[in-house]
Order: sequence, then structure tokens, then C-alpha cells
Amino acid sequence: MTAKTIAIARREFRALFDSPVAYIVIVAFLLVTGWMFFSTLFLRERADLRVLFTPSLFSPAMLLLIFAPAISMRAVAEERKSGTIELLTSMPVRDWEVVLGKFLADFALTAAAVLSTLVYAITVACIGDLDWGPVISGYLGMLLFAASLLAIGLMCSSWTDNQIVAFIVALLIGACLYVISWLQFFVPDFIAPLVDYVSLSSHLSNMARGVLDTRDLLYYFTLIGGALFIAERSMAHQHA
Amino acid sequence: MTEKDGLMIDARSLTKDFGPTRALADLSFRVKRGEILGFLGPNGAGKTTAMRILTGYLRPTRGSVHVCGIPVAERPVEARRRIGYLPENAPLYDEMMVIDFLRYTAELREVPPAERDRRLATIGKRCGLAEVLGKDIGQLSKGYRQRVGLAQAMIHDPDLLILDEPTSGLDPNQIVEIRELVKELGKDKTVILSTHILPEVQATCNRILIVNEGRLVADDRPEALSGRASGASIRLVLKAREGELDAAEVGEALGGIEGIREVQKAEGEGAGTLGFVLRDSAGADSREAVFGAAVDHSWIVLDLHREQVSLEDTFRRLTLGEQEGGEG
Repeated sequence: MTAKTIAIARREFRALFDSPVAYIVIVAFLLVTGWMFFSTLFLRERADLRVLFTPSLFSPAMLLLIFAPAISMRAVAEERKSGTIELLTSMPVRDWEVVLGKFLADFALTAAAVLSTLVYAITVACIGDLDWGPVISGYLGMLLFAASLLAIGLMCSSWTDNQIVAFIVALLIGACLYVISWLQFFVPDFIAPLVDYVSLSSHLSNMARGVLDTRDLLYYFTLIGGALFIAERSMAHQHA
Repeated sequence: MTEKDGLMIDARSLTKDFGPTRALADLSFRVKRGEILGFLGPNGAGKTTAMRILTGYLRPTRGSVHVCGIPVAERPVEARRRIGYLPENAPLYDEMMVIDFLRYTAELREVPPAERDRRLATIGKRCGLAEVLGKDIGQLSKGYRQRVGLAQAMIHDPDLLILDEPTSGLDPNQIVEIRELVKELGKDKTVILSTHILPEVQATCNRILIVNEGRLVADDRPEALSGRASGASIRLVLKAREGELDAAEVGEALGGIEGIREVQKAEGEGAGTLGFVLRDSAGADSREAVFGAAVDHSWIVLDLHREQVSLEDTFRRLTLGEQEGGEG
């Protein structure tokens, strides 16, 4: 990582806080996770953190599915639209430094939102005994899940100068990868493991259970690396 | 080829196609250290495309560019270190404060951390940005935006400045300011600026390239280009002693004068007058003959003077298909 990557990341991060996006994401994330946490706490009289990490139709992961494309949609698309991309690429900066810098900024914001829910974990730890193992692996899973969605969003953003298009395409890709695991009961047996493997949510489920498997990590890192690589390629392609 | 020869830009047979459209066709030129080069051409002539290729933002379909001896296509990052670039319309980050933006560009343009504050102060002063440093770029007037754009292009003290339409959209006072700044810069830097405004290049540049439809149609000093359109024109306004003059008749009589190549009807100066623009043949001065003709026909001469053909005429002739012989 270079000083320039960090300079770009810092600028992007500040730009996120110059728009309402950052505040909306953090507040909404805290509200939804808070509601989920306290409803299980009071209704079922159980302090359960796993509910925060387990992907379902209504879970923090679902929120990230929508927020991640919203955060990352502006990354490259906005620079294309306003023409600042020409300014940026006239500087002695490599395309991968730009992509990585933008990714880091988006990730820092999302991580801040995700990690703000640590207050609930600390609450539980204060009330009783907390098994930190699954919590840590759950948070790690959540961060990797978010990073994957952001990388996909950044990739979509690099294809267009229209942020709405970037958002919708990223949302579609993310949603497909999220729900595909539900299909495994309807497909032939030999495809089922494959379907399970490409699914964003099944890997998150594993990690939410406290299972740290290299296959899950490998999956997320491949997805992040692949999406960022494609983003870098399409940045380079604009010179053609 | 190398920097020692003082060769800043060596562009060879640049060709750029966008799909079926050819934006540049076989454009070659060299720029030496210390030149202020005006890139002139009608809108859509390929000026911006050429500049984008020089900065490495676009890759040419064919041909190559060396900046300070560095091949731009192969070593773009290295080449960009030597270039300060102001893209057309000065695209900037509107949500950033001027000072933050300049600090950011100083970082990306590799100004050493220890020198940054000093550089920022120098540039801020030079571009007249002192009182807007704390403002958001989005709030600035067009003139200030342009200056911020210039400041970011100069922050790393580059050898070569490329400015795409630096004065477009500015008011006359701001245009003069930017011109003065460019001239000032030209003393120790190489500057390339593009424009479609003619007085601009005449006022600032010591060399002009005229491009039309992606081709280089002229490459010369401004004085030489103005003199290039052969001959001069004569402005003539006539009035009848009594009654009205018949335009066709007078025109015919004028056309018959030796040395007059072309007679054009022009605006008169009110009722009862006729205006003409006469074109001399190369080298001739037909004013005497014209005056003689007026006396013979007893026309009253209200105006008779010679106009040097301006750069504007050369530009029109070169870009409107009225091709000149010789150099193309």
C-alpha cells in the first residue's frame, strides 16, 4: 500500500461524510441491529448475538446488501460524471492505487457501522458470560461479507457514469449471490455444493456459527480480489 | 529525443479513432523547452483529444508521444510527474475546500511533505487564491475555479503545462489575468494551451499549431501566420453625388480595375452609400487605382483604407476548406 492510496482513501472517506450517506448508514445500522438484539433479549429473554450475524430475510446482512451498493455506487461513476477522473488520471497515480484507495474508504465507513454494534456485545458481556469466539468470527464474517459487496459495488461503479445504474446492478449481483443458497434444495444433488459454495450467505452462516474455515475466507478474498481486479481493468480500459 | 536537446514533446503520427470517427489523423509535432504553444482549431477539431493523448489519459490508436524523452504510453506515471494538466472546464471536487484540494493534489503529485506548505503558499499567492482557500470549490465563481485548476496543475512545479481552454467562460478581466499568468509561466516552463479564441494565441503564444478535422494544417509563429494569407483587403465606402448608385454597375467598374482580384459587397454607412471589400492580388496596392476610378466616375469616397489580413483570416481559410497551396 502506498502513501497515495492512503491519500485517496482519506479524501474518499471525507467525501462520504460530506454527503448524508455515511450518517444514514451508521444510524440505520445501529437502529436495526439494536431492534433485533433487544427484541430477542426481551421477548425470548435471551441475550443472543448470533441473530446479528446469521443471514436471513431480515437481518443486518440484508441491510448491508442494500447499503453496500449505496456506499460504493459513487466511487468511480461520480468521477466519470463530473470529469474529475481525467484530473485524477493525469496525476502520477496508478489505476490500482485509485481502486484500492476508494475501496478502503468505503470499507472503513462500513466497518465503522458494523463495529458500532459492538456496544451490544459489550452489553451482553456485562450482563453475563459471553463466549467471544463466535462473536469474533461473526464480526469477521460480517466484515468480509460487507467487503465483498463493496468490491462488487465498486466494480459496477467503474462500468458507468450513472450512479443509479451502478447501484441497481450491484444490488442485483449481491442479491443473487445472497439468495442462491436457498436454491440448493431445488437443484440436482451434484450442483448443490457448488450453489452452496458461490453463495455469499452460506459462508456468512458458517462464520456466524463460530466456524472459522479457510474455505470461507478463501471465498471472500477471491470475490473481493476478483471484483477489484475487474474494476482496475475497466479503469484502465477508459484510456483506450 | 532527449531532454538535453530541450525537446519537451515529441509527438509522432498520432492517430486516434473513436469507433468509425477519426479524431486525429497523423498529427506530428515537436515542442521545445520554453515555448508557449497555442493549439488552435474550431470546436471538434481534435484539440482535446490531442491533449488527452499527451497526458496519457487516452492512448493513441497509432503513433507515439515522448514527454521529456519518456514514452507516455509505456511509462505513463513517470511522464505524468513532469506534466501539469488542466482539463477542459476545470473538473474539480466541488465538495472539497480549496486548501484541502490543493493539499490532496500536492500529495498525489508527489510534492515532498516538507515542502508542501511552502509550495501551497507560493502557488496560492501566484494564482491569487489567498482569500478563497477556506471556501468549498463548489461555491467558487468560474474564474476562481479556473485558477484552482491552474494551481493544481502547477503545484509540483512541472516542466510542462498543458492547459485545455484555460480561459473559456471567463469574463474579459479574468481572461487578461489568466493570459498574464500564462505568459509569466512561459518564462521558465513549456506551456501548451488550446483555444478557439484567436486573440488569445496572438496575445500569449510564440508558436501556433492549427488543427482542423484532426489534421495539422499550420505550424508557425503568429506573425508569420498573419502574413500568410496573401495580399490585403481594401475597405471602400462610396456615395453618389446625386441620387443613388447602382451597386451592380459600381461593382463591375471596380472589378475592372487592374490588381483587384475580388469585389465583395459590404455594409455601407447609411442611406445612399455603398460599401465594398476589395481583395488585392498578392503584393499589389490598388488604392491609387481605386481612387482614380472614383474620380473618373465622380463617386464621393467616404472611406478608403487598407486592412492587413489578420490571423483570423488565415484561420478561416485554413479551417473552412479553402486550402492554401504548399504546406498542409
